[in-house]
Amino acid sequence: MVVKRRKRTDSSDEKGNILFCGVGGQGILLASEVVGYALIQNGFDVKKSEVHGMAQRGGSVEAFLRFGKKVYSPLIEPTTVDIQVSFELLESLRYLPMLGKQSRIIVNTQKIPPLSVSTGIETYPDGIIERLKGFGLEVYPIDAFQISKEIGEVRTVNMVLVGALSNFLPVDEDAFLDVIKWRVPERFREVNLEAFKRGRGLIDNIK
Amino acid sequence: MKKSSKYLLLSGNEAIALGAFEASVKVASAYPGTPSTEILEALSQYEGVYTEWAPNEKVAMEVALGASFAGVRAMVSMKHVGLNVASDPLFTAAYTGVRGGLVVVTADDPEMHSSQNAQDNRNYSIASKIPMLEPSDSHEAKEFTKIAFRLSERFDTPVLLRTTTRVSHVSGIVRKGKIEESRVEPGIVKIPEKFVMLPVNARKRRVELHRRLQKLRKYAERFPENRLFWANPEIGVITSGVSYLYVREALPEVSVLKLGMVYPLPERLIKDFASKVKRLYVVEELDPFLELQIKAMGVECIGKEVIPEYGELNPELVRAAIVGKKKRRVFSSVDIPRRPPVMCPGCPHRGLFYVLSKLKVFVSGDIGCYTLAASRPLSAMDTCVCMGASVGGAHGMEKALGEDSLGKIVAVIGDSTFVHSGITGLIDIVYNKGFSTVIILDNRTTAMTGHQPNPASGITVKGEKTEEIDLEALCKAIGVKHVYTVNPHDINTTKKIIEKELKRSAPSVIITKYPCVLLPEERRKKKPIYMVISEKCKGCRICLKIGCPAIHWTAGKGKRKGKARIDAILCNGCGECELLCKFNAIVIEENGGEKKKKN
Repeated sequence: MVVKRRKRTDSSDEKGNILFCGVGGQGILLASEVVGYALIQNGFDVKKSEVHGMAQRGGSVEAFLRFGKKVYSPLIEPTTVDIQVSFELLESLRYLPMLGKQSRIIVNTQKIPPLSVSTGIETYPDGIIERLKGFGLEVYPIDAFQISKEIGEVRTVNMVLVGALSNFLPVDEDAFLDVIKWRVPERFREVNLEAFKRGRGLIDNIK
Repeated sequence: MKKSSKYLLLSGNEAIALGAFEASVKVASAYPGTPSTEILEALSQYEGVYTEWAPNEKVAMEVALGASFAGVRAMVSMKHVGLNVASDPLFTAAYTGVRGGLVVVTADDPEMHSSQNAQDNRNYSIASKIPMLEPSDSHEAKEFTKIAFRLSERFDTPVLLRTTTRVSHVSGIVRKGKIEESRVEPGIVKIPEKFVMLPVNARKRRVELHRRLQKLRKYAERFPENRLFWANPEIGVITSGVSYLYVREALPEVSVLKLGMVYPLPERLIKDFASKVKRLYVVEELDPFLELQIKAMGVECIGKEVIPEYGELNPELVRAAIVGKKKRRVFSSVDIPRRPPVMCPGCPHRGLFYVLSKLKVFVSGDIGCYTLAASRPLSAMDTCVCMGASVGGAHGMEKALGEDSLGKIVAVIGDSTFVHSGITGLIDIVYNKGFSTVIILDNRTTAMTGHQPNPASGITVKGEKTEEIDLEALCKAIGVKHVYTVNPHDINTTKKIIEKELKRSAPSVIITKYPCVLLPEERRKKKPIYMVISEKCKGCRICLKIGCPAIHWTAGKGKRKGKARIDAILCNGCGECELLCKFNAIVIEENGGEKKKKN
């Protein structure tokens, strides 16, 4: 569980705020950990913030990941998210005050209805992607659930999304592959590596 | 040549565990509670440390104190409200002092992400006269833990280590360090004047406690983790814990005095700092804990006039309070369906609370996953105060209302919570001739905090088998004559038994026993999957009343009636909906009929 950290020789001021959001049980915490370690391997300081306990029982879940030369606050400030990775379609609309004009949104188009929707009290909103695009945001819709089914393991949705996210981070592909190799249990290793690669290959096509 | 430094991305809790390991802790006890749970879980993975889940925090504290008396380093960890339970031994441990280093970790939850209150446990340090360290990130969490052990032995006192959710559950970079040993010799040592707190000894120790505090006050002046960061002298900020990080993030230009030890405070250092800055602010979450102490020193400062007194802080709040700037939002939030936490599909609590909602009884509630029954559509919990309160609470209501309340009130409490502090309440009911009906929801685990085993599940923190409490026998031994165990998925039998026992003018206990669906062995079990035969579904919506996330409603259009549907991926095969459906529209899927749940 240890990684080597490359000395960052360039005096680059690269930094970023990543907001992961979705539904409890979707593997958000593992995803943010993999990204965190990949950033550390590339010499960045990292802070990752999440909330455990009650929220995890099928409720909305968020995790913040901040990186840079030196990171103080573990919390991302409103309007300063660089990339939002939404593991579920509706959740991508929940954190709008956190977003700014610069925000990119990677969104899994999978729908998981909240209880109020599945029991018919409320309806699942339509046209979410269009609404996000309407705000002038760069949106990358991905059917990560479908891809994970093709891979044969629906619990790789998180790695498909990490793969997509990796295109926008100052980290080489090998660092991600390394981290996935030691962080994921052996019997799930191959499917997770494949999920990452599939996700990583997606963004160019969308652009 | 490549320098191979080893870096870990650890949460504050994992870092505390690593710090304790590097400090050669030998005994650690805890009761799970968010945001503290992972401390003991992480520590249980290290070799050479005895770790255990105790039945409650008071026992955990006593175990750690005993280990310290035996001359080894010991740690106890708990959430903020847990320290209320453990405060009895804590306050007197301040008198006895220690032999081996004793560190008491309290994890506060200022935003109440997963708690029933947001008490500020820094107050415990003043009240108990025990020094308190407060780390701000994972690196410090590890280092401060090691320092706490050293200070404990050096000053002969337990040391409190206080985190908050944003320290415990934030991960940051940590480097492994050297293992350091205690110089204390383990063994049985009889020192009655130190360990036997008879008034005659306690009075002497009280004087000793006073002397120790004086020494600690002096030491605080040169404590290396009380750090100064000089910048512009216009504004000075005194802060500690995670608030320090918000201050540095939001106001890089101000001078900062960061207190690593929040009790006792370094009075000279604070006065000196105050004299060198034009305006002094105190930035802290929750109570004006530092502020009041600093004001009592006669130092002028601005604190809770501008800093919120409840909830978590963040960089924006700190910036707005001190330099009066709040960023304008680019996008405002939109009205979308909320997604609160819910009971899982197949949760063994669901059927029970459906029954209780049908019976329209007053449900004296408790702490656990089942507290989610308070939400719609079940809406079947009427109180929730603290661990164990359901039992005593129900008894109190019944004594207040007399026989009129017979059959109208029921107490519900989880297996772990019952062992934690429900047993004594039940004794009270029997002893004082009460007639309460107590339901123990035995799902074989402490589920809400992440599935820790407990004395009723018969497994230790290391996953080893151990003696399992026989809850039925325990209740009978207490004197409850009417004790039943039912499978809560069998809604009809559960309802019959509850109805019968509610009417009884004697105490009774009903144990609803079925394992939590998220337990690994449950996930591996083959389970049926249910489906709705669309032609048979009349759209009566009764199956929706149990609030199962696997059952979806498709609204009707024009002549077409609305119908229910079951999501096969989510269904965990509990069969409660099948029992509810009056039209036999819900059946087990035929093709294969069952799925092997993968882990």
